[in-house]
Amino acid sequence: MDKTINEIENEIIDEFNFFESWQDKYEYIIELGKKLTNFPDECRNNEYKVKGCQSSVWIVTNEQSNKIIFKADSDSTLVKGLIALLLRVLNNRGADEIINAKLDFLDITGLKQHLAQTRANGLAAMINKIKMYAIAYKTKHESVN
Amino acid sequence: MQDTLTKKLFDVDNIRKDFPILGTFSNGKPLVYFDNAATSQKPVSVINAIGDYYRNYNANIHRGVYSISIKASDAYESSKRKVSEFINAKSDREIIYTRGATESINLIAYSFGADNVNEGDEIIISEMEHHANIVPWQELCKRKNAVLKVIPVTDTGELELDEYIKLLSDKTKIVSVGHISNTLGTINPVKDIISIAKAKNTNICCIVDGAQAVHHTKVDVRNIGADFYVFSSHKMYGPMGTGVLYGRAELLEAMPPYQTGGDMIENVSFSQTTFNEIPMKFEAGTPNVEGAVGLNAAIDYINSVGFDAIYVQESELLQYATEKLMEINGLRVIGTSQNKASVISFVVKGLNAFDIGVLLDGSGVAVRTGQHCTEPLMDKLCIPGTVRVSFAFYNTIEEIDIFIDALKKAIGVLQ
Repeated sequence: MDKTINEIENEIIDEFNFFESWQDKYEYIIELGKKLTNFPDECRNNEYKVKGCQSSVWIVTNEQSNKIIFKADSDSTLVKGLIALLLRVLNNRGADEIINAKLDFLDITGLKQHLAQTRANGLAAMINKIKMYAIAYKTKHESVN
Repeated sequence: MQDTLTKKLFDVDNIRKDFPILGTFSNGKPLVYFDNAATSQKPVSVINAIGDYYRNYNANIHRGVYSISIKASDAYESSKRKVSEFINAKSDREIIYTRGATESINLIAYSFGADNVNEGDEIIISEMEHHANIVPWQELCKRKNAVLKVIPVTDTGELELDEYIKLLSDKTKIVSVGHISNTLGTINPVKDIISIAKAKNTNICCIVDGAQAVHHTKVDVRNIGADFYVFSSHKMYGPMGTGVLYGRAELLEAMPPYQTGGDMIENVSFSQTTFNEIPMKFEAGTPNVEGAVGLNAAIDYINSVGFDAIYVQESELLQYATEKLMEINGLRVIGTSQNKASVISFVVKGLNAFDIGVLLDGSGVAVRTGQHCTEPLMDKLCIPGTVRVSFAFYNTIEEIDIFIDALKKAIGVLQ
């Protein structure tokens, strides 16, 4: 059985509790960012771009057996690391799960306070976009049914 | 020799004691504040002057018959006189207080633009302008069907004066350029730019955005020949929310009001309202007395340090930091004019400016990253953004060493 959103959020919270300093947390996020390499090059264009003031995010989606698959990228390694965490929670889930996800781990780990609250890095815009995609898929299914 | 002498008279350790925030910690590390081009820190004399105003003579001004209102009015007027002397205006009637340099430019664009710019007229700005000196003119052009012309910037970050001369035409009504670039640090030859325009046509209105200049160098608006000169208190060690618009009296007298309401009127009736004289014509509503009082104290502070000492200290910081930065592999300084203020923008190959800024913050070093409200300049230079460090006279060589170490560490983690 796949883990729930809550279970994965708790795993991430535990991981971050393990670090003593923000320096270590940043380094961990940067490592996650460096490992996120599966974004298709041809999609790094304006069509898929979520523009922030200081960094840009690109995001593509598709659907497999009623689960939404996201791939995303950024020109900021830190933002890429945050994307990796977000996708670990939200990727490969049904539309309702994504729409209802509160993403409390961003607050509890302090990530929101340190990195995500600024409009600058495009993360808030990316979360909105992920939720919008989920709503769009849900609407599509409802209209088909 | 002169520099050595000035240096000896300038004791940075003592100066730093005047700025309480410089003794604080950020993320557990001593704060290294290198974002002075965004806003400067405030000396205790400015903080105390504002506190003293609220504790001892807070009152509305220009209308009270009682002592503390008279005292507050005097403080406001005395601040105007201080600013007038500081930039060598002819009279304090030529000093208008606004919310900041941005509002000052908007005021000119609306009020001067209303009567003096018509369809087909041309306004010249430069490619290195802050958005505050771009968008008000774009909007004026839209309202009036006028045309915006842009002086290009060279690869080293200087204005192409030959191209500027070509842009001037019989239709040019306004030239508006920054004195010092907030992104590149370039000191523009504003006096030459204005004399070239005036040689073409004395009626061309010449505006200088001095937001990045007044705290680095002695500004003499009459020597420069500016019709309007604008700046913000908060970048020159004064409080936020106060800006200055200097305008030549005869231009200000001819301009219609920007906003209307109390304080800016002479007589009001339902059949006709007449407006007050300058500068009050442009200051509708209760003015920001706190801001005026704080700005007065900030100018006193700058004068007590002296521009000679400021220049020597800031030049040394600029030179030292530039040399240290250039030693870093893959780092490129953006803006390499010979004539620069203590502002350095840079990029590191393959790395994102935001990432570097966040990691520097972890070491207590405050820098600005991104486009610095100069998006067209970033497009021209084909870069998505820079890391910018900007120094004030209270910064030190030791702080630059801390910054360089933190930067090297950040680059190591990110690469």
